[in-house]
Amino acid sequence: MFNYESYLRLDKFPLIWCSGCGDGIVLKSMIRAIDKLGLSKDDVCMVSGIGCSSRLTGYVDFNTLHTTHGRALTFATGIKMAKPRLHVIVVTGDGDATAIGGNHYIHAARRNIDITVILFNNFIYGMTGGQVSPCTPKGKRASTAPYGNFENAFNISGLAQAAGASFVARATVYNAVQLEKLIQRAIERKGFSLVEVLSPCPTAYGRRNREGTPVDMILQQKETTVSVAAAEKMSAEELEGKIITGVLTDVERPECREEYQKLIDSFRKEG
Amino acid sequence: MAEEKKIKVLTGNEACAEGALAAGMRFYAGYPITPSSEVAEVLAEELPRLGGVFIQMEDEIASMGAIIGASLAGTKAMTATSGPGFSLMQENIGFAAMAEVPCVVVNVMRGGPSTGLPTLPAQADVMQARWGTHGDHAIIVLAPFSVAETFDLTVRAFNLSEQYRTPVILLLDEIIGHVNERVTIVDPGSLEIFNRIVPSDPPDQYKPYRHTESGVPPMIAYGEGYRFHVTGLAHDETGFPTNSAAEIGRMLERHHRKVEQARDHIVQVDPFMMEDAEIGIVAYGSTARSARHAVRLARETGKRVGLLRLKTLWPFADEEIRSYIGQVKSWIVPEMNLGQMAHEVEWALAGSAPVTRLNKVNGDPISPPEIYQIIPG
Amino acid sequence: MAEETLRRKREAEITINTAWCKGCVICVELCPEQVLVMERGKAKVAHLDKCTVCGLCELRCPDFAIVVVDKNKSPKTGE
Ligand SMILES: Cc1ncc(C[n+]2csc(CCOP(=O)(O)OP(=O)(O)O)c2C)c(N)n1
Ligand code: SF4
Ligand code: SF4
Ligand code: SF4
Repeated sequence: MFNYESYLRLDKFPLIWCSGCGDGIVLKSMIRAIDKLGLSKDDVCMVSGIGCSSRLTGYVDFNTLHTTHGRALTFATGIKMAKPRLHVIVVTGDGDATAIGGNHYIHAARRNIDITVILFNNFIYGMTGGQVSPCTPKGKRASTAPYGNFENAFNISGLAQAAGASFVARATVYNAVQLEKLIQRAIERKGFSLVEVLSPCPTAYGRRNREGTPVDMILQQKETTVSVAAAEKMSAEELEGKIITGVLTDVERPECREEYQKLIDSFRKEG
Repeated sequence: MAEEKKIKVLTGNEACAEGALAAGMRFYAGYPITPSSEVAEVLAEELPRLGGVFIQMEDEIASMGAIIGASLAGTKAMTATSGPGFSLMQENIGFAAMAEVPCVVVNVMRGGPSTGLPTLPAQADVMQARWGTHGDHAIIVLAPFSVAETFDLTVRAFNLSEQYRTPVILLLDEIIGHVNERVTIVDPGSLEIFNRIVPSDPPDQYKPYRHTESGVPPMIAYGEGYRFHVTGLAHDETGFPTNSAAEIGRMLERHHRKVEQARDHIVQVDPFMMEDAEIGIVAYGSTARSARHAVRLARETGKRVGLLRLKTLWPFADEEIRSYIGQVKSWIVPEMNLGQMAHEVEWALAGSAPVTRLNKVNGDPISPPEIYQIIPG
Repeated sequence: MAEETLRRKREAEITINTAWCKGCVICVELCPEQVLVMERGKAKVAHLDKCTVCGLCELRCPDFAIVVVDKNKSPKTGE
């Protein structure tokens, strides 16, 4: 239906991800979105942190950068500020972005710098074997929460919204068509844009929490999510335990690099 | 054609900022910290005028990440900090070493550990500059002793980082950072500037980590049609992660070789009255100022003493020190730490001459009389 | 001619790259028409005639291992 080959580094295949890992579905959606937008591969710079999801940058034929744990947004900020014509896309996990990289995450959103973040939320630290993440729901098990997580989880999208992001959306791999469209809109929107994707990790999260097979986990996304439109008509009680998907924020706001360019230009005129 | 020369009175921090601009630095990311903040303040004002970028990041980890990103995008980039911030930068300095990304990190040393002595000088980050990040890695570290030399060595730091594709650390200390001195600013056009070598291969043949004879692979920026991969994982010539022991060994060996085989070009010392010296002082940074003074005082009383001042701290000037074996009978190493470089001097001499340490870590600079007093004879 | 194009029947061609397929069963279980089965840990086409070329299997295969094309339509290509 879609030929992905020209966007892939085929000699690096097969993907390192586990059987049934949702990350590959997100990767495909990202490629379709970029293709729809007609971006030149030379103008796309994809930057990732450390984690299973962050391995993605090794497989795509763009300008790619696999950085240090939690710091992808800092490298991406340097790239965008230095070479604003590049479309900078950051790939990051829930631990990468909101634990070790939490500070960079809120600051990049605050600056509203034109970076698109695709945040793979699998509720766990996948790469290191299933330790608890700031996004692990309360009560769920992890290797470092053997009796169930006693902490509260972050609302990742809410964080970006509160910090000042231009575009915030949540999606699932179950609805990969919507996911693709949201990624497309996120890239199109100037400013900091986030797509939080719920991406099942059957190995480190699913097994430990008896979530069933990869198929069960994907189908479960259909049950636990409600669209923004549907959520508007639901009471707080009905929304209990539900995850809202769709566009949560989409506003035009001054963008960081453009604001800086105005300053540079003001000196050019002067001089 | 007369060279245009301007005399300016600057602090070391200001000279550092000016030197960076003269070297072509057009991207600065940093986080404020005493005693380095003036570097950022000057650049916040100057960079937008020159079409460059200044950004104050949320911390030093972010600053280091941002300059690596900017450098990969093709812009000469730097950050400046002091002890606590330097500690935070270490992981990403290792990334720059591993991924061979040119960049300059300025550390205006203050007393530590921890928050320590924010406004007082120290030279206690010498070993951290060498070994601060985990893993074996090559590194270049320079230490100026005057404001004028801060300008020159900042330019040199950029040249070396571009030439050898490596992070270069410039160690100032609070005294050099804040002292006011006259500097002759030369016409930027007359400066020797080295820019990274770009590949001559077409994109489909480009290997970002090619094993060249010099050990330095040509480097192209992101967004120029080459589409390569950069990672902090052990990688092969193509830049992609590898598990091959042979490839990993070859790459790490090359990282060391590219600096080691160029050590004669990189290492600079400034011998002062060393021709007939029987007593040698090894010093660097602001302590070398006191040492020079002490040498003059001692010479007046007829003592044959000289100063071998280190401008490059790493790679270490072992050969230069060893060249005095036989002539210099004893050495003195004064430094504002508990003997970090003295250890290296002892190692270089391998017992061929005694080394006396003069150490101070209370925030007081080492004065000329303090050095003078321990000069034997 | 135009009418003929409109009336042209969909005709599926499904390719499974067994070297990449990790046997996650996602394609098999989420195919609305039960076209696919598992065989020795890999996905396999069992009832090609039932395929409606909806593309759901390809869309959700995490490993780029299954490709569906409508033989009567040229595939969308990248770039
Ligand atoms: C500074 C540092 N601390 C810890 C690690 C180890 N580490 C690697 S990945 C990871 C967590 C990844 O989890 P997440 O970001 O959620 O990504 P996932 O693997 O689930 O996709 C950790 C803790 C590291 N590489 N660097
Ligand atoms: S551990 Fe989880 S997140 Fe990592 S590859 Fe496996 S399934 Fe995916
Ligand atoms: S295209 Fe649709 S009907 Fe055909 S095999 Fe795939 S999921 Fe089943
Ligand atoms: S979804 Fe892909 S990887 Fe999974 S069984 Fe089907 S073809 Fe194989």
